[in-house]
Amino acid sequence: MIFVVSLLILLMLIAAIAALIYKDLMSAVIASCMVSLIAAILFYFLQAPDVAMAEASIGAALVTAVFIIAIRRTKRYEE
Amino acid sequence: MRSIISLLLLLVVAWGIALSLDEIPFGTSKTKVGNYYIEKGREETGASNIVTSVVVNYRGFDTLGEVTVLFVAAIGLSAVLATRRKKEKREIEPASLVLYTGCRFLFPLILLFGAYIFIHGHLTPGGGFQGGAIVASAFVLVYLGCRGRRVSETGSKTVESLGGLVFIVVGLVGLAVGGHYFLSNYLPKGELNTLFSAGVIPIIYIAIGFKVGSELAGVIDHLVEESE
Repeated sequence: MIFVVSLLILLMLIAAIAALIYKDLMSAVIASCMVSLIAAILFYFLQAPDVAMAEASIGAALVTAVFIIAIRRTKRYEE
Repeated sequence: MRSIISLLLLLVVAWGIALSLDEIPFGTSKTKVGNYYIEKGREETGASNIVTSVVVNYRGFDTLGEVTVLFVAAIGLSAVLATRRKKEKREIEPASLVLYTGCRFLFPLILLFGAYIFIHGHLTPGGGFQGGAIVASAFVLVYLGCRGRRVSETGSKTVESLGGLVFIVVGLVGLAVGGHYFLSNYLPKGELNTLFSAGVIPIIYIAIGFKVGSELAGVIDHLVEESE
């Protein structure tokens, strides 16, 4: 159990750092979506399924959609 | 020089946060009110999901504030974006057949799942806010996948207003009839763990689900319209 949680936290950290350093903004958005998804799984492990559901539906789905719409309106690559 | 100063500031802030986190006893139950909710929540509200009994019943007034915050945010966004509305219809490139069919197939299933979440809010994890967000994500799928399809704005505004109105009216009736506080549970509580139980809680959560779903879908709709 502790191994799975540590692995998930490590993946979450890698995804967060990847979201910071990507020059391609679409990839950065997908990486931050992954942070939200792993956070939802961790909330579920912490016995908070209500919060996990809110995090998965808002953090992973809606916020990602808003960012993708914003990228479509502006530029995809950071200078 | 500036980076050194900012690093020092960061260290000071981190030290403060670490000190205050050290003071909080994680994992122990210290508050009386939390224990009270866990012990008495089921029999007092009739909801087997304790989180729901806190959100809708004990802290119903806070939930009204939460719903109002979301409402104000949606109104503000539509006020900012509606002024730059372009009326002419541009030709939209249609999505591929696989994407279009997949979206059309998944849309009712996601809607059904969201409705399940907010109708069963008093029995299983989840509730009006989560279910509403899932309903809104179904609309996001349609907006991004099957482009050119729109929900009528009047319809979504009507659903949103009706949801808010039901919440406030049920709460005020509770203030007048049931007890001396907003959203008191005046309907019969019924049998624990059945769908028709917990008095006003399912009604409130269905209203919140419709309201949050139409609000978030409206926000996405405005953004998509602006980006085309």
